[in-house]
Amino acid sequence: MSPESASEAPLPMSHSEVTDRYFLEMRCRVLDLAAALDRLDRAQGAANGDPRLARLREAITILSSDELGRAERVQLAFSREYDPGWRSTNG
Amino acid sequence: MDYIDPHNHMVSRTTDDYERLARGGCVAISEPAFWAGFDRGSAEGFRDYFRHLTEVEPARAAQYGIRHYSWMCINAKEAEDVKLGRDVISVLPEFLDCPNVLGVGEIGLNKNTPNECTIFEEQLALAIGRDELVLIHTPHLEDKYMGTRMILDMLVEHGAKPERVLVDHVEEHTAKIVLDAGFWCGMTLYPITKCTPARSTDIIERFGTERVTVNSAGDWGPSNPLAVQDFIFEMRARGHAEATIRKLVYDNPLAFFSQCKRFSFTPRS
Repeated sequence: MSPESASEAPLPMSHSEVTDRYFLEMRCRVLDLAAALDRLDRAQGAANGDPRLARLREAITILSSDELGRAERVQLAFSREYDPGWRSTNG
Repeated sequence: MDYIDPHNHMVSRTTDDYERLARGGCVAISEPAFWAGFDRGSAEGFRDYFRHLTEVEPARAAQYGIRHYSWMCINAKEAEDVKLGRDVISVLPEFLDCPNVLGVGEIGLNKNTPNECTIFEEQLALAIGRDELVLIHTPHLEDKYMGTRMILDMLVEHGAKPERVLVDHVEEHTAKIVLDAGFWCGMTLYPITKCTPARSTDIIERFGTERVTVNSAGDWGPSNPLAVQDFIFEMRARGHAEATIRKLVYDNPLAFFSQCKRFSFTPRS
């Protein structure tokens, strides 16, 4: 059972209704992202392996996947990994 | 629609905000103790802050027909100073018996350090020993996932009753692990760094409405104290039933707060 079918509050809109309501907002956000990437390219100096940019690239790759849960996977791409042994690591 | 904002830092907001909250249907607020934007120098500074929360804000809110409740603690950021943390913990019992205080919070982690864990666990033990409700702050951005998992580890180790703990500021990657562990969760609506109304609605559509609350966490930084109204608007725009929306913004916080023996609330007739 998918998480959606298990929820007691599933999305009550059709695919076309969601597209109508969110298309312009999504278009705007993709453009914002594209422009920001251009801004980075136009900026002076080099990225010098800034790990934040690698995470951005990973997140952008996730956007183009067809699998549900993209938002969660983008969040994890920007997150430090959980270490189950954190107690001993923390001293 | 009448609603409750379970997390709003009104000490940082103007009286105009109280008026706008009331006009938009807000009937109650709970305000956790938090970092004021600077590190306080002593426990006496906290004592004054706790008086502000328990005496000044309830009176200010009452002018607009809003019930004001609060939570007592030393926040995760200032808990890095363990001595200060322990000094503040020694003050907490004076305020935990106040009629408008719901419990201990918002305790939690900020950068997931050993000192933060020490003070978190000492405050958790105080709460469990007094059978108080607990409101938990989870860290920001890249530290949230790790910090939330650490907090869940500590809650389990201390034997916290899941139904008496609300883990706040959950997002797409932390909501399910909190709910699956049996705890309540809160979603915070922030312009940039937490959930938007649309993403909060998405999370509810995926994981349901049980043990879920929604809050603005309005404070001194970029935030919108009226954000719960935006969430209600988003839910309505998608066609969700009024009863579903009401459960999230009224019934659920009421159910969680009602576990506090001091809690009293009269719905509007």
